[in-house]
Amino acid sequence: MSTVRLLVGTRKGAFVLTSDGKREKWDVSGPHFAGWELYHLKGSPPDPKRIYASQTSGWFGQIIQRSDDGGKTWFQPGTPPGETTGPGGAPRGESNKFVYDTSAETGAPLTTHQFYDGSQHPWEFKRVWHLEPSLNDPDTVYAGVEDAALFRSTNGGRTWEELSGLRGHGTGPKWQPGAGGMCLHSILLDPKTAGRIFIAISAAGAFRSDDAGKTWKPINKGLKSQYIPDPEAEVGHCVHHITQPRSQPELLYMQKHWDVMRSDNAGESWTEVSGNLPTDFGFVIDVHAHEPETIYVVPIKSDGEHFPLEGKLRVYRSKTGGNEWEELTRGLPQSDCYVNVLRDAMSVDSLDKCGVYFGTTGGQVYGSADAGDTWKPIVRDLPAVLSVEAQTLP
Amino acid sequence: MIRVVLPPHLRGLARIKGEVTLDVQGTVTVLSVLDALEATYPMLEGTIRDHSTRQRRPFLRFFACAEDLSHEPLDAPLPEAVVNGKEPLLIVGAIAGG
Repeated sequence: MSTVRLLVGTRKGAFVLTSDGKREKWDVSGPHFAGWELYHLKGSPPDPKRIYASQTSGWFGQIIQRSDDGGKTWFQPGTPPGETTGPGGAPRGESNKFVYDTSAETGAPLTTHQFYDGSQHPWEFKRVWHLEPSLNDPDTVYAGVEDAALFRSTNGGRTWEELSGLRGHGTGPKWQPGAGGMCLHSILLDPKTAGRIFIAISAAGAFRSDDAGKTWKPINKGLKSQYIPDPEAEVGHCVHHITQPRSQPELLYMQKHWDVMRSDNAGESWTEVSGNLPTDFGFVIDVHAHEPETIYVVPIKSDGEHFPLEGKLRVYRSKTGGNEWEELTRGLPQSDCYVNVLRDAMSVDSLDKCGVYFGTTGGQVYGSADAGDTWKPIVRDLPAVLSVEAQTLP
Repeated sequence: MIRVVLPPHLRGLARIKGEVTLDVQGTVTVLSVLDALEATYPMLEGTIRDHSTRQRRPFLRFFACAEDLSHEPLDAPLPEAVVNGKEPLLIVGAIAGG
């Protein structure tokens, strides 16, 4: 029977939740890296035991961790598993080093972005928000960072290089931080078109590369944001998350600051599909593993009130690719619930009856083994959940 | 030997318990102590001072002999009590939270 493994990043460590294909009983391991913020963990598709983790701290900076045994043991890449410290066996700090490309050939001339007060501000690395392992090479992994940029490692996370064409393509001085910082939070590697990558930045928008990250173009046509001077500007939109069905990767879905959007042409244009949602503010959006037109969001009241409407935690599902939404409430708290669900905190498994999972800032991880019809809390009292990733294991 | 006390997060990261003792060559300064510390525990590179700027991280402080040395030049000699091992150099995380 298949196994499902959930990789849960929280404000105070990482947790690994494991169940068989029934997804009724779960084993919980953790906290791993207790006391540290774990922004994101994700497994390698061709080698699911290989997991990359972003361990970070406002005090101590960025650490990259890797497991080669499904999350049982961890090490900083460059250090063989089991070795600790000292000459000959010492981990190399290079795996934690994210340095923007400032070379004249590839990194210049872009060195500033727009700051909160409208002035230009130099790029300063703060943390890794999202790790996206390659679809076919366990040693290749992408990192989306704050201040927004895309890095890539081709040696299992031992060293990182910026794909500076993104930052340097021309609109960078117009990018600006949202309340959470100027972060590159979404990375989609196209499973059908070689070299095609989608990313999204808050607050800049979505971008696409068709040459493996060398050059980029903004793909924000159709987005409208009232909080920027030109609501239909090429960049400046606060995109919260993007996702795509693996079987139909030219189809994209987006949860913007306000508005739920879809694109049927790989981001060339976007259409609003908020439809009958009670509010179209939110952070997460995800798509069913087998039904490209079935999508999930968790509406949040507003940008000033980051909790569900009326204290009722409701997932909304559309089976029509948007516009027509149904509320999913069975098993979710329907009174006095004032948690948030952050942008990387929803995921799906790929079992026949698609499992859907999300974590809250109140420390609950909810799971549905029937595509959202019913829900159960898997754990209730973790630290605030930053990210959830599901792995489906044979 | 120079004694260094790290905050708990960094002791966990370096997989050590208690104080660190380091053999520091030449003049004992915060800079030379950090160089020796990172040479012995490379996983700490970037955690006390920024990878790129090599500057102290904003929420960390250097204390010794009841003095805050955080704003002293990194190459200033440390107190004799640190040099002869009577007192440790404390690397301290700022208090925050609720």
